[in-house]
Amino acid sequence: MTEEIIISGFGGQGVLSMGKILAYAGIMEDKQVSWMPAYGPEQRGGTANVTVIISDDPISSPILSRYDTAIVLNQPSLEKFEPVVKAGGTIIYDGHSIIQPPTRKDVKVYRIDAMEEAARTGNSKVFNMLVLGGLLKARPIASIDDVVKGLRKALPERHHKLIPMNEDAIRRGMEIIEEVTI
Amino acid sequence: MDEKKNDYVLLKGNEAIAKAAIRYGYDGFFGYPITPQSEVLETLAVDKPWETTGMVVLQAESELASINMLYGAGCTGKLAFTSSSSPGIALMQEGISYMAACELPGVIVSVGRGGPGLGTIQPGQADYNQAVYGGGNGDYNLIVLAPNSVQEMCDCMGKAKELTFKWRVPVVVLSDGVIGQMMEKVLLPEYTPRRTDEEIHQQCPWATNGIGLKNRHYNVHSSLEFDPLVMEERNHKMTEKYARIEAEEVDYEYYMADDAEWLIVAYGISSRVGMKAVDILRKKGINAGMFRPKTLWPFPNRVLFDTASKYKGILCVEQSEGQLVKDVRIAVEGQTYVSHYGRSGGMIASPVEVYHAFKKMMEESVNSKKGYWIK
Repeated sequence: MTEEIIISGFGGQGVLSMGKILAYAGIMEDKQVSWMPAYGPEQRGGTANVTVIISDDPISSPILSRYDTAIVLNQPSLEKFEPVVKAGGTIIYDGHSIIQPPTRKDVKVYRIDAMEEAARTGNSKVFNMLVLGGLLKARPIASIDDVVKGLRKALPERHHKLIPMNEDAIRRGMEIIEEVTI
Repeated sequence: MDEKKNDYVLLKGNEAIAKAAIRYGYDGFFGYPITPQSEVLETLAVDKPWETTGMVVLQAESELASINMLYGAGCTGKLAFTSSSSPGIALMQEGISYMAACELPGVIVSVGRGGPGLGTIQPGQADYNQAVYGGGNGDYNLIVLAPNSVQEMCDCMGKAKELTFKWRVPVVVLSDGVIGQMMEKVLLPEYTPRRTDEEIHQQCPWATNGIGLKNRHYNVHSSLEFDPLVMEERNHKMTEKYARIEAEEVDYEYYMADDAEWLIVAYGISSRVGMKAVDILRKKGINAGMFRPKTLWPFPNRVLFDTASKYKGILCVEQSEGQLVKDVRIAVEGQTYVSHYGRSGGMIASPVEVYHAFKKMMEESVNSKKGYWIK
């Protein structure tokens, strides 16, 4: 099993930390992982993306030209990464952030209204965990137990009290994601 | 198995450098922040090793200060390191030459970015010449290690420690912005205590650590020598030492090369991209393999020379306009066609790009076995 994932959106949406938690979950599943950010003079509101690879085998290149799964959380990200998802792959997008949804017919497309859900519950900080939940529903690459274990390792101890809230958000994300037919 | 899973940590290459240094018993770090290696200093500041192992961590006022502090630490037989990125390493070249001239230990971590000049802050491998051939003056060599994973970033700090004291040659860990910034799982080493003053006195009789009760003459380290005959003698001694290092310390590895007819040569991040390119080529029925130098100096000349005729063509992949490729051509001595592919200025070639460059190299090799310098 090798899953090559790109997560892309605005800086501040929690793209990088979501990737990190996913990578930690991969370690808990005894897999090889790599996490490669597009780093640079990035800032809140600018674009941010991270490539996460989870595999049973040693990972060769952390830099990819095609992906199994793209999680796109703003319009420029969709435009950039929709064409480079492998045929039969998966695109997950946030319904609020994307004005023109994906059009490819040879991939599975999922919509998750995570932004709306986060706004509804008044907790915008769990946005990325809602999306992570959606990913785990669409692509069950790690169990929720391992993700929680990953959270425990990724977060400093003083933040461990927040884990139940994040776990709830992941479970909620699994409920609200839906497949879109194009 | 479960225990091992829990021992793994997810770290950036730069973070691994810092944590490894603390655990390998480094005595000091002197450095100045620069993207893409700032996490080295940041991680040291967060981990506060001065409270645990007693390691000194100092943000110097510049790269010049950093390298000269390393020079001073080396004189006293202490194990210290500095880290920087391309333009910062450029500033250090004078101090590096002095350290080499005085035959002092010291570790320099170089996390390359796009150049020349201030260039970009994106990853690059255009500092091969800077590390291997030196920007400092005079006849000197540095041992250059080239990690290609976060685990190897960690391990290289241990290897650098061993080599720099074994040979009294400064060691460069030549990495790049990708390996520095990416996260992978790492097993950190056990803690090795820092050496005591008594141990340094025993192991480094050359150290300028005060004659005190040690019952010996004072030591002096200076790169300045007024008598050219004496200086030449020093050069000869160093050259002999370099020959022994070349005989003993060459390190490399192959990927899928047992039955390969065509070869990629790459180090650092390019070797990771190269592995994936080999996988693609193999899927298309091309017998490709990869050779990866793990030490850039001493360079694995011998093995490349001995095996070159096995291959119909060699593609050097590096994120520069062509630096490693020159060493490969020297090693191969025209026995087979050698070509180059790489992006530069902060761009990184994807595996698919390397695949297409490889196909082009295969076509070219048929027509021009020799005369690679003709464009």
